[in-house]
Amino acid sequence: MSTPVISTRGLTRTFTARTGPVHAVRGIDLSVAPGEILGLLGPNGAGKTTTLRMLTTLLPPTGGEAEIAGHDLRRDPAGVRRRIGYVAQSGGLDPACPVGEELVTQGRLHRLPRAQARERAAELAADLDLTGLMERPTAALSGGQRRRVEIALGLVNRPDVLFLDEPTTGLDPAARADLWDLVRRVRDERGTTVFLTTHYLDEADALADRVVIVDGGTIVAEGSPAELKERYAGDPAAGLQDAFLAITGRGAVTENAPIAI
Amino acid sequence: MRHLLADTGVIFARSMRTTLRSKTNLLFGMLQPLLFLAFFGPLLTGLRLGVDGSSWQAFVPGLLVQLALLGGTFVGLGVIFERGTGVIDRMRVTAVRPVALLLGRTLRDTVQLTAQAALLVLVGTAFGLRAPLAGILLGLALVALVAAGLAALSYGLAMNVRTTPEFGAIANTAVMPLMLLSGLLLPMSLAPGWLDGASRAVPFRYTADAVRQVYLGHYANGTVATGTAVTLAFAAVAVTGGARLFRRGG
Repeated sequence: MSTPVISTRGLTRTFTARTGPVHAVRGIDLSVAPGEILGLLGPNGAGKTTTLRMLTTLLPPTGGEAEIAGHDLRRDPAGVRRRIGYVAQSGGLDPACPVGEELVTQGRLHRLPRAQARERAAELAADLDLTGLMERPTAALSGGQRRRVEIALGLVNRPDVLFLDEPTTGLDPAARADLWDLVRRVRDERGTTVFLTTHYLDEADALADRVVIVDGGTIVAEGSPAELKERYAGDPAAGLQDAFLAITGRGAVTENAPIAI
Repeated sequence: MRHLLADTGVIFARSMRTTLRSKTNLLFGMLQPLLFLAFFGPLLTGLRLGVDGSSWQAFVPGLLVQLALLGGTFVGLGVIFERGTGVIDRMRVTAVRPVALLLGRTLRDTVQLTAQAALLVLVGTAFGLRAPLAGILLGLALVALVAAGLAALSYGLAMNVRTTPEFGAIANTAVMPLMLLSGLLLPMSLAPGWLDGASRAVPFRYTADAVRQVYLGHYANGTVATGTAVTLAFAAVAVTGGARLFRRGG
């Protein structure tokens, strides 16, 4: 097996609240191979976003170690940031800013010289079908278009790992399917490792090579969707929902999930 | 260091474009000091303020510090909005130096507030303000320092509160006594001893008094020296403190 692009050991985050310590993430051990699409799955409050925020350097861990794209998370967060892309659940677009300007600025934030930043923006626009939208303020885009712009921003620096926090929340079924295709294409064409959180089981099933299920801040199960179904629901043809229920003892949030296509 | 300057430049340019896009915002910040200039300033022309020169030479400097004080304190609201849209986090996960996110925005506000201050001086001359050019420029430099310090602190605060009302409560509570104790609308030379004494704990009082002196063409006296030193020290401490808060928050 090749050297993992993400490896963590005992990654922990404890928040201090007035009522006492809150153990949001309690010791996560993970190893992600280059080019893998990994889905981090879990009920709300399981520690998915906290884990993602630690791996993307936004939140310092209170314990444990991690190495991402060859850089130590605690000793060299700046090195990690240069080699990853991150798309937050809220997206990170300025509603008044035109798409083209966002793309060029993102390149400049990754220290590309002006001309190169413009070139890279045009390249990504062509690749992600944004060319006709470059002059539009991001507030004027549809949900699916906005997600594509956000992913383009995450790809500006040709990252080794792309982190996506609940990438299809709020998208309609067609936009969701398009986004799944895009994520697969990013991995297939660029070999980019994709690390995504989701609470949609169908999304994990359709997109992830491997699913890691967290609950109460720890990993409770991991494997390919088929393995998990076989192991926990006793049948590879079962829904991931059955496996998830068996693992966490309760259902994931499915009532507002769009219908899978 | 080279990276820090370049990164700050990128954030500054980006913030400046954002500011220039919303033209209403540009004028709105100027409205209050302009109203004070037009509807309050003339009341002072016939009064004995206990200062040398015309009432405008005492009033406009105070108004400039007020512009920096009110304008600088509330810039953090923009960052609360940018945190909500995820722009801040998105920028934090790039190669850019984290402190540049603060410095670039602070520089934008300093430029904006200094430009507004210059415009205010220009309108002031229409009302009767007369002051030497060197004094006006020096005054703008001092006002720019106040604006920079307050903007940095405001951003630091904005990264450490959860909601806009929480930010508003803290900023308002801080800014009102600071403004009143700085002797901006009327000089503290009119104040009774206790109030004058209390105002000496507020750094902006020294800034306002120094700007009043340079507007009279006095450059080499104790008031100017003290005012410049206090203003420089305030800006240095505030930017450092703001940067620390900014890094800690979010």
